[in-house]
Amino acid sequence: MSRGDTGRVDALDPESAIASWRAYLVSRGSLSDGDADELEDHLRSQIDALRAAGLDADEAVLIAVKRMGRQDEIAGEYARENSRRLWKQLVVAGSPARPRRLDGGVIMLAFAVLAALLAKLPWLLGAAIAPAVLGGAVLAMATLAASVAWRTRPPRALVAASAVGFAVIFVLALAYPFGGRGDTLVIFGLHAPIVLWLLIGLLYAGAGWRTAAGRMDFVRFTGEWIVYLALIALGGGVLMGITAAVFSALGADPSTVLIDWVAPCGAAGAAVVAAWLVDSKQEVIENMAPVLGRVFTPLFTIAVLAMLAGAVVTGGFGAYREVLIVVDVLLVVVTGLVLYVLSAQQPTARPGWTERLQLLLVLAAFALNGFALAAMLGRIGDGGFTPNRVVALGVNLVLLVGLAGTAWLLARRAFRADASTRRLLAWQTGYLPVYGAWALAAAVVVPPIFAFA
Amino acid sequence: MRLAKDLMAATSAPLVLAILSEGESYGYAIIARVRELSDGEIEWTDGLLYPLLHRLEGAELVASHWGLAESGRKRRYYAITDAGRAELAEHRKQWSTAVNTLAHAFGAGGRLWPAFAPATAVAR
Repeated sequence: MSRGDTGRVDALDPESAIASWRAYLVSRGSLSDGDADELEDHLRSQIDALRAAGLDADEAVLIAVKRMGRQDEIAGEYARENSRRLWKQLVVAGSPARPRRLDGGVIMLAFAVLAALLAKLPWLLGAAIAPAVLGGAVLAMATLAASVAWRTRPPRALVAASAVGFAVIFVLALAYPFGGRGDTLVIFGLHAPIVLWLLIGLLYAGAGWRTAAGRMDFVRFTGEWIVYLALIALGGGVLMGITAAVFSALGADPSTVLIDWVAPCGAAGAAVVAAWLVDSKQEVIENMAPVLGRVFTPLFTIAVLAMLAGAVVTGGFGAYREVLIVVDVLLVVVTGLVLYVLSAQQPTARPGWTERLQLLLVLAAFALNGFALAAMLGRIGDGGFTPNRVVALGVNLVLLVGLAGTAWLLARRAFRADASTRRLLAWQTGYLPVYGAWALAAAVVVPPIFAFA
Repeated sequence: MRLAKDLMAATSAPLVLAILSEGESYGYAIIARVRELSDGEIEWTDGLLYPLLHRLEGAELVASHWGLAESGRKRRYYAITDAGRAELAEHRKQWSTAVNTLAHAFGAGGRLWPAFAPATAVAR
């Protein structure tokens, strides 16, 4: 019974108590090691002060831990500061001015079913194949937009603006008389979704759509949405494969049902479900984003360096006609990866090897792009300006400017004392509308110019 | 005494900047200094201070570095930057206006709120 008796059965070991307290905080997923070190130092200072006031070690630990506040409160405060994600503020009582709706799984399911049905609506109404697919996709994305708006409750003006945008793209999707080789159809099909996705971003960011923080939230949302969608697609693909195999074995041909119905309706529904999952199950994916970024940055860097070496050894791109398109896809992926990594970064994080690798990745992509441009411009004479080439050049220019700014700021961050990510964030988020403007031009203007070839 | 949430929020950044302008410090010591400056009336929590410090660091008003405490533990020290000093000067101007105005207003109605009699009057 005596105080400090070493034989006490339930004695609290201060070190293991501190270790488990720290583990608990870190397991909440919102603390960096540095932040945990800092809080631990705080806790230990508190313990020292209490011991100096005459308390036993175990008593001091208990009181100090208690004084650190409710632990989820700490985690909540940290969450708000560390990631600045709007949804994180939900952890902290009463902070957001405009609460988001995160419950409502039933409503989400209704939106998903609606998206699946609308995706097939133009086809059901007897539209030809191209307008049926395009129109269905626009309607599915509009449902996704509506579900996002239902959750985020953006200002009316933004809702009206995006509704007009969706309506215009929908009308064009049905009205444009695509024909010939289908080049302009593919261009429309690739660029219109980007315009629509940025309109969804408008609804997602709501009143904060002009701010870098609001836009970055949307970039983060996009990255996490893609991860969820990929997971769902993977599972769905496996399921469809098994279904097809079983029905084939039964002697029935499942391909019509699967291709005409399950795949498009499933994709439309999955898009809505993925968006809902991003907003309601962030804890899971939040820890995944930085990890994925760190895993893929080195892999991409190695791959692009290998491609560059290949280009040097073989003397550049020779016979392949649409080489620029392939390199454009690469630049899109590099841009996306850089944005994704940046979106997962803490604003006060010190630059490290990730920044240097990213810089190397961007520079290598530049060099590869140089080879592609040389090959392309060398052969612009034969065949002249086809729609594909105009768009490929335009995309290239837009992405190059974006990446050049990024490379410059990354270099400043990696090699100088300008450690803050603020300028990078401002550049990347400020450039987002340029992508939208280009996509709009490519989807709306290019097809008529080339007579819907 | 518990300050209202708004007042706590408005005073916290200038207080931290002012304390750091006395010399670099760390979280636990800053809370102790606030307690001392307020004669034990204001008790900050870690949940308030560390997010605030990190926000100030993000705005480049303070800078942090890791050092060793007397006990040999790793400890994060914060120091005010030049931008932070400029910000502090601005806070000081605004607060002296606000406090003077309040002191005059409360002084005029001193009958109603004796507890708020301006400190200068008490000193005399």
